[in-house]
Amino acid sequence: MRGDRIFGLVMIVLALGYILSATTIRSSFMSDPVGPRVFPYLIAAVTIMCAVSMVLRPDPDVEWPLGPMLLKLGTALAVLIGYAMTIKTMGFIIPTVIVSGILSYQIRPRPAHAVATGLGLGIGLFVLFKFGLGLGLQGLPKGLLG
Amino acid sequence: MDIVNNLALGFSIALSPYTLMLALIGCFVGTIIGALPGLGPSNGVALLIPISFSMGFDAISALVLLTSVYYGAMYGGRISSILLNIPGDEPAMMTTLDGYPMAKQGRAGEALVVSGVASFVGAFLATIGLMLLAPMLSRVAFQFGPAEYFALYLLAFCTLGGVGSNNQAKSAMAASIGLGIAMIGLDKTTGMPRFTFGELHLMDGIDFLVAIVGLFAVSEVFNFIESHGKDSAIGIKLGKIIIPWKSLNHSRGAMLRGSGIGFVAGILPGAGASLGSFLAYMVEKSVAKDKDTFGKGNVRGVAAPEAGNNAAAGGALIPMLTLGVPGSGTTAVLLALLLTLNITPGPLLFTERPEVVWSLIASLLIANIMLLILNVPMVKVFVRILSVPSWILLPGVTMVAFVGIYSLTGSSYDMLLMVAFGVLGYVCRKLDIPTVPIILGILLGNAMEDNLRRAMVLSDGDWTYLFSSPIAIGFWVAAFLGFAAPVFLRRFLKKPPLPTMDDD
Repeated sequence: MRGDRIFGLVMIVLALGYILSATTIRSSFMSDPVGPRVFPYLIAAVTIMCAVSMVLRPDPDVEWPLGPMLLKLGTALAVLIGYAMTIKTMGFIIPTVIVSGILSYQIRPRPAHAVATGLGLGIGLFVLFKFGLGLGLQGLPKGLLG
Repeated sequence: MDIVNNLALGFSIALSPYTLMLALIGCFVGTIIGALPGLGPSNGVALLIPISFSMGFDAISALVLLTSVYYGAMYGGRISSILLNIPGDEPAMMTTLDGYPMAKQGRAGEALVVSGVASFVGAFLATIGLMLLAPMLSRVAFQFGPAEYFALYLLAFCTLGGVGSNNQAKSAMAASIGLGIAMIGLDKTTGMPRFTFGELHLMDGIDFLVAIVGLFAVSEVFNFIESHGKDSAIGIKLGKIIIPWKSLNHSRGAMLRGSGIGFVAGILPGAGASLGSFLAYMVEKSVAKDKDTFGKGNVRGVAAPEAGNNAAAGGALIPMLTLGVPGSGTTAVLLALLLTLNITPGPLLFTERPEVVWSLIASLLIANIMLLILNVPMVKVFVRILSVPSWILLPGVTMVAFVGIYSLTGSSYDMLLMVAFGVLGYVCRKLDIPTVPIILGILLGNAMEDNLRRAMVLSDGDWTYLFSSPIAIGFWVAAFLGFAAPVFLRRFLKKPPLPTMDDD
């Protein structure tokens, strides 16, 4: 119930913002009868109709993660964001060892297994991608290679 | 004979050692992907597109490799259904109903062989159907103008929403989220930026591969962590594999019926393999004389859905190749592959790039035979791979997703976007909002708008032009029915198949 309603309301707000943003799209000298704004308006209208229907007739609620589980998912998200930011500057191996170790620990909290998974995946995948498949990956931080 | 010539052309490309090797690798990898719980044809292929693209394959090689993965994953899904009672992918769900009871009775080997052969029959017949029907449909599709295409896209969204989800509003919402995302970037007609908010990264629009990998693969991380990543221990002993001729003979009819039903379900836009296997199972159960043994380890209850889902996989390629309209999540991913390779599916593909189409068809036939060999005598190898624990598998899959997108775009921005799509995918899963329409929206959004605008240019702004041809009207009616009819049919169709069905 609550989940659907909140999502519906968020989507209504987003769709209104979308319409507002669409009004600012400029036409150019190359124009057609429809123009660049009509289709976005249509999409936003359909979104609002669906969102209203979700708010008025929500499905039974599912169990949302609370407390420790939410923290766990939040950690996973933070780790993934960190990974996306560091892979370019830190090279592939070090962030991969850390991130896959943490994810592994989250699925099964056994430190020894997690460390082994991290090291194995970090080095194994690097060898596979770099030498097996020939992708242009950087292994270590740029500074270390000189 | 056109077909013979075309096939000869196809085989002349597909039978080169290099292509054969790619098909074999694809089949092997695909079966593993299908067998691993949590990884199915759609996220498996999605993960591999960026990687194979960065490896610099040419169009035909990449296509052969990834469609072999696709077929392989359809075969592999049954392995974990039968041995673990966890479907490796959604279409393999129906196989668990009789496959797992068989395995518990010590007939795991028999179930694996019968389902492997059923997969072969389904996929092989569907590939032949594809060969015969696709060129015909592509000739019809030549007559489609922008109004017809617009209606066709609408039809795909409507049937996908009607058939594939539990709540129409939610699937229509998903489709419009996808379409809305597709609008981001430069408008093709006028060259003006839309919804970029001055952000340079958004000028080119959002790469659909980023969205697909995020929605299909990264979201699995969150799902898995939440479900505590139940360890997939195999409690079933798999004895020596003997070919059970009696069971095979016994389930011959089931395989043929399942293939036919699956093929038709696959061709319909929006229906796809899950519906194919579901209908195949239900029909088989209702024509059987021994209804009460279904769900308790009936061989035909394994053969029918497996033939159905593999035939649907082949059938689903028809609308995707001839019209550019995918019928399911996986074919949406394959469409993404074609677009990445700069191949525009549609009727022109058959006349302008026949070598692409026919080498694809030839390699599908070859891949099928390889898969039969891999999946019947060598099934034990895959069973061993199944015992990879999820605490290694899942981080591995995540890293592969990142590497793929990173080597494709080389930007942190796209990786962050991928994570965001992962979160969206997780929330959608929680709220029972289907993610396939989102993908389809992102893939088709620009083409859909483009066709609408070209139709309006042709008619000089007259909106009734959209309903001016019989074909277009047919699509509109079908779209309406496809969206609305399941509301009434749901009571009969969505009934869980486990309880007894006395009413027929």
